Amino acid sequence: MPFIPHTDDDIAGMLDAIGVERIDDLFDEIPTELRAKGLEGIPDGLSEMEVAQLLQARAREDGQALCFIGAGAYDHHIPAAVWQITTRGEFYSAYTPYQAEASQGTLQVLYEFQSMMTALTGLDVSNASLYDGASALAEAVLMAVRANRKVKNARVLMPRSVHPFYRRTVRSIVRHQGIELVEVDFDHRTGQTRVADCEAAGDEPFAALVIPQPNFFGVLEDVDALTDWAHARDALVIGVVNPVALALLSPPGDWGSEGADIACGEGQPLGMPLASGGPYLGFLCCTQAQIRQLPGRIAGKTLDADGKVGYTLTLQAREQHIRRSKATSNICTNQGLLVTAATIHMSILGAEGLERVAAACHANTSRLADSLCEINGVEPLFDAPAFHERALRLPAPAANILSDLAANDILGGFDLGREYPELDPALLVCATELRTDADIAAYREAMARALAIADAA
Amino acid sequence: MLIHEQSRPGRRATAQAPLTTADSSDLPTALRRKQRAALPEVSELQAVRHYTRLSQQNFSIDTNFYPLGSCTMKYNPRACNSLASLPGFLARHPAAPESHSQGIMACLYELQDMLKIVTGMHAVSLAPAAGAQGELAGVMMIRAYHDARGDHERREILVPDAAHGTNPASAIMAGFKVREAPTGSNGDVDIAALRDAVGPQTAGIMLTNPSTVGVFDRNIQAIAETVHEAGGLLYYDGANLNAILGKVRPGDMGFDVIHMNLHKTFSTPHGGGGPGAGPVGVSKRLEPYLPIPLVEQDGDSYRWLDEDDRPETIGRMTAFGGNMGILLRAYIYARMLGAEGMRRVSEFATLNANYLLKRLQEAGFQAAYPERRASHEFIITLKQEAKTYGVNAMDFAKRLLDFGYHAPTTYFPLLVPECLLIEPTETEPKEALDGFVEAMTQIRKEAEETPEKVKGAPYTLPLRRLDDVRAARQLDVAWKPASQPASQPTSQGA
Repeated sequence: MPFIPHTDDDIAGMLDAIGVERIDDLFDEIPTELRAKGLEGIPDGLSEMEVAQLLQARAREDGQALCFIGAGAYDHHIPAAVWQITTRGEFYSAYTPYQAEASQGTLQVLYEFQSMMTALTGLDVSNASLYDGASALAEAVLMAVRANRKVKNARVLMPRSVHPFYRRTVRSIVRHQGIELVEVDFDHRTGQTRVADCEAAGDEPFAALVIPQPNFFGVLEDVDALTDWAHARDALVIGVVNPVALALLSPPGDWGSEGADIACGEGQPLGMPLASGGPYLGFLCCTQAQIRQLPGRIAGKTLDADGKVGYTLTLQAREQHIRRSKATSNICTNQGLLVTAATIHMSILGAEGLERVAAACHANTSRLADSLCEINGVEPLFDAPAFHERALRLPAPAANILSDLAANDILGGFDLGREYPELDPALLVCATELRTDADIAAYREAMARALAIADAA
Repeated sequence: MLIHEQSRPGRRATAQAPLTTADSSDLPTALRRKQRAALPEVSELQAVRHYTRLSQQNFSIDTNFYPLGSCTMKYNPRACNSLASLPGFLARHPAAPESHSQGIMACLYELQDMLKIVTGMHAVSLAPAAGAQGELAGVMMIRAYHDARGDHERREILVPDAAHGTNPASAIMAGFKVREAPTGSNGDVDIAALRDAVGPQTAGIMLTNPSTVGVFDRNIQAIAETVHEAGGLLYYDGANLNAILGKVRPGDMGFDVIHMNLHKTFSTPHGGGGPGAGPVGVSKRLEPYLPIPLVEQDGDSYRWLDEDDRPETIGRMTAFGGNMGILLRAYIYARMLGAEGMRRVSEFATLNANYLLKRLQEAGFQAAYPERRASHEFIITLKQEAKTYGVNAMDFAKRLLDFGYHAPTTYFPLLVPECLLIEPTETEPKEALDGFVEAMTQIRKEAEETPEKVKGAPYTLPLRRLDDVRAARQLDVAWKPASQPASQPTSQGA
């Protein structure tokens, strides 16, 4: 019996104490006609050894291709200490720190994480994380509509340069809240969202403007101009940011003359493996003025009965387990284990280490883009500065090229035409600090071959 | 001490970042950071020591009995972590092509299938990232179903008063109104009150069974009939699935939609508050609305189903289709259990709960529903102790920490005064349960003789009782540097 410690003697003694003959008698309040007959189709249990053999074979099957995809998940080096400490049983198998005295480890980690996220974003407060970047943006949109007391209009301007999966997630989550998500187009020469594009969304008041930095194309937006424009119209500004990029880029708290009001994004670049898309962590930061509208858990500093400093979950009156139907969100869980990893990751790298990672990603991606653009017919799609992703126009259908590259174990990027038909055929590529000059050369060679085949065909 | 307070300007872990600073001088000055972020500047050893020490300030399943009701704090097998962390799984990019994803897709497909069988549902989506997101997906599917039929008047969801707070909060996020359904004095839903509450406005009911009061609702068939006859759908909150795994299936009880908390029943780590995973299962009529992505078997291979395949889907819940690493852990656990092991889970969880309840009753503690069989958890009420000794449920909870036991869930559900909700789980040996009874007995003795001692607990932890009111009144939720840090960013290339 896997993971069950009972001996025959234990079982007999326990049944006797309860006063029943068989374990099955304990289910006697369940109507007999409802009892499951069997679990046909569920295989027999495996030993740890057997399940290891199965999983090792499957992990091998997915190979270790050379990855040049970014598009919201980035292949960074993770210091060895990060997951060795994070998976200590005391972090791994603890629960939500509702009993603060028995959870100071987790609570202090949350407080340190919040401190680090406010330092990176330049905003006053951070929550203790949400599920992922996309659902964090959905919560940011809901929060902004609640928080904006000057504009009663539940319109939110959502640039098309925001990650398409984020926009879909926001649509799914907020669809029944009477919020109108107004699409804002981008400039097809620069790849940027301009003030003029926002103005094209009409004169009606709006509660918030979402500004991605860098945007989905890797392009840097003119965040100062956009922020000031939105603030002049009494709207709140939501920044969607990459935490590694923030080591080099102006933090949302510094955007424009007043700073963004809310910042959110995906914490995966801070020590989380790609792992097929999760678990990652969503972060959400805001100004002090909005804290009571901030959803999710928040750790706060306090004192114990002897006056010693300690940490506890605070402002719980915002949350579902207290407020039920009047809560700021239905969210209960945070990504505690991932927060632990991110906090250790940021401690080890520090601001300078993150800067070096950011600069290396930027430089490698520039080198990759330049190298690919030496191939006839491949050219940059946009001419504005970019961070660590580049959109490239291709002379052949992107899907064919990507599948040719994949046959050579190179994951060549994200097919932009699938989400932006007007850009087709185009690729979004990324080279993090892990991609070497040899990797980039291998990609260029494989791309040249793939295009030659496409050309011949 | 915070890691920030151990920081010294210029110190850092040099081996963990690129050794040189690459040129980034082409990034426009106006868009660059002016001031380096105030992150800690420490060595690798300092970070390792700091976080190791912090970990030691936590109670955890690996170190303590953790009978936290409604949370299913059972052993998290180590193999689940190490096998889900194989390099091939960790390195896979979420947008990798299907040609490079067949290994994980096989695991996900088989997990979908096993969850379908064990819950008796027609189809399963693994997309929701946690239980509450599964709830949201579930009620959104109920809404999509009524809307597709043009039944726009159904805007009310019934939620028992004992339900988890996420239930009403999720219903509100899906644009519903919430009406409370009262619990009868025997712990079952009050059927007469339910019959009065349903009508043409009823979209559905959200139920946990066994319920949060730790009993199996014997009237479940009558509830299902009542709600279905009124035109509503039944939502199953899978928080307590551990109690009935392999014994009764929500699909057979008449539920139309269910979410599962894999971090409970399928033993994935709680991680200090997450990550979770909240797959949803549905009956045939709700299948078109399942959140995406889904995995489909196509001959010898697997493929993703997305918006194009499922035009009526309620959509995406996260950017990349869910907490894959957690789903893998649940899959590994399910494969080790097999069908027989799954049945054992509910049998021994129930055996442990009923044994512990009996022993506590013998020791003089009062069960909230003494005439009922415990499911995998049960409630005792300390209202007598509170009245006689002035020592309340929270005092008992805090004093238990001194005995090395994590406190049970306190003051939930709200309808039982001074309650402890106790869930021992199947992975605890009899000795742990006996030890817990001894500790509770000892604490009650203390409550009688030296109540102040219990009210002042805990004493043996790193900290005494914390001041929650101060935390909320004098808000301090982030460390801020006293003065701006000395070091400046490398503004240009090296």
